[in-house]
Amino acid sequence: MSFISYLINGISLGSVYAIIALGYTMVYGIAKMLNFAHGDVIMIGAYVVLMGMTKAGLSPILAVLIAVIICTVLGVTVERVAYRPLRNAASPLAVLITAIGVSYLLQNLALLIFGANTQSFPTAIAWKGFSLAGGTLNISGETVITIAACIVIMVALTLFVQKTKQGQAMRAVSEDRGAAQLMGINVNGTIALTFAIGSALAAIAGVLLCSAYPSLTPYTGAMPGIKAFVAAVFGGIGSIPGALIGGILLGIIEIMGKAYISSQMADAIVFAVLIIVLLVKPTGLLGKNIQEKV
Amino acid sequence: MAEKMLDVKGLSISFGGLKAVNDFDISIEKEQLYGLIGPNGAGKTTVFNLLTGVYKPTAGKIILDGEDITGKSIIEINKDGVARTFQNIRLFKELTVIENVKVGLHNHHHYSVVEGILHVGKYKKMENEMTEKAMELLKVFDLDKEAQYKASNLPYGKQRKLEIARALATDPKLLLLDEPAAGMNPNETAELMDTIRFVRDKFHMTILLIEHDMKLVSGICEKLTVLNFGQVLAQGGTAEVLNNPQVITAYLGQ
Repeated sequence: MSFISYLINGISLGSVYAIIALGYTMVYGIAKMLNFAHGDVIMIGAYVVLMGMTKAGLSPILAVLIAVIICTVLGVTVERVAYRPLRNAASPLAVLITAIGVSYLLQNLALLIFGANTQSFPTAIAWKGFSLAGGTLNISGETVITIAACIVIMVALTLFVQKTKQGQAMRAVSEDRGAAQLMGINVNGTIALTFAIGSALAAIAGVLLCSAYPSLTPYTGAMPGIKAFVAAVFGGIGSIPGALIGGILLGIIEIMGKAYISSQMADAIVFAVLIIVLLVKPTGLLGKNIQEKV
Repeated sequence: MAEKMLDVKGLSISFGGLKAVNDFDISIEKEQLYGLIGPNGAGKTTVFNLLTGVYKPTAGKIILDGEDITGKSIIEINKDGVARTFQNIRLFKELTVIENVKVGLHNHHHYSVVEGILHVGKYKKMENEMTEKAMELLKVFDLDKEAQYKASNLPYGKQRKLEIARALATDPKLLLLDEPAAGMNPNETAELMDTIRFVRDKFHMTILLIEHDMKLVSGICEKLTVLNFGQVLAQGGTAEVLNNPQVITAYLGQ
């Protein structure tokens, strides 16, 4: 039974990675940049929920809703203030370095506002879950809700991207920004929308992550952010189903690594697998093969 | 005198010290088929980029249908009624044929992001309208059977047609075609000439095209402007311009 319970935990952790990875992969696909501050938006979202529930006494649902709104505004603001002015910079490194700068800025702002102490995250998901197989297999409420949230988000996002004009605009901008603009697509607006969606999802991921691992510091977002980035690359960056597959596989590998090999080595195993995948398939599992013309 | 659709005066742009386009004038009447020709590097595509707002002119005025569009943004100019195709086809290859056209319809059908996410409100009505309009356009170009194909899977000639359909979807007054016959064989070119004429007649479109294929140019263009080293070398009726010794020299050398 322990294998199945590890597997379920892996899928649950992987679902969180997948939700975060969506933010990376959509922004990369459409704005062609790596938003390394994405992980820290998760942390901000988690702090907003923490404050909302403990200081303002809000219900978990209301607190999450406010966190989603604040993170959306934060994501769009960061894009507008820090990234958009550099979009046509001569070197793509300019915006990458800025993203790293924004990441440190958010971490240090959180340090200033919330302090460096580890805060214990309140129970946002009250449901205790259920037991299967005569009580030998316990599935917690957080696990169920995390996996369910991931499925709902994936379906909704896929429908949005495939079936709406805004989604079509996103795909058009992702393929050829110049041509899209000449067809009347508002490229800046489309990129801002991408950041808004990614950041809203980051807020949700923050709550799910902190519900499963209930301790919060200003650095909480950094490692899951990096791992979700790995998940996005693993699945094929730019691809939405790739983020799902990459995230889930990464979660399973991490939990299995912790359970069967070594809990200290789990992160190293995750990155080792990434290296192997990239050696065999440089564009990731679902990435497109780009043939460069010489 | 017929009404003018496009009136350009003294249009110039420099890149560093290079005057890519210098003191360019052109005047196109409504529903005219106008050709812009000249040797490679003469600045023809630069003129298109100026007309569509990709580059901002350093001097000169662009009047579209009586309205000054000089210095406006790409999107504003597109909304005002200028659409184009590209020398090297720039379709959205991963999108389906119909989606490419729907991207062109983007600005004429509105619903909010929230309505889109939840599939409520105006979403269904607008999407249906867009699909219907897109299918109509595709039918005109005989592409309706391929509506669900990925754009990259269309044969070359049909990709060219789809690009024209996509540009028309933005509801332009002036259509710019950048070397529409590039890479086509004589049969395809002949068919393309029919298509261009048909677009002009059916949509009452004013068309400015860049082309190297002289058979196409002499076959359908009513007037020509010849560009050489960024400057207008000759301008006038097609036959007259093509027989101009200066033009022949510019193309063939001494």
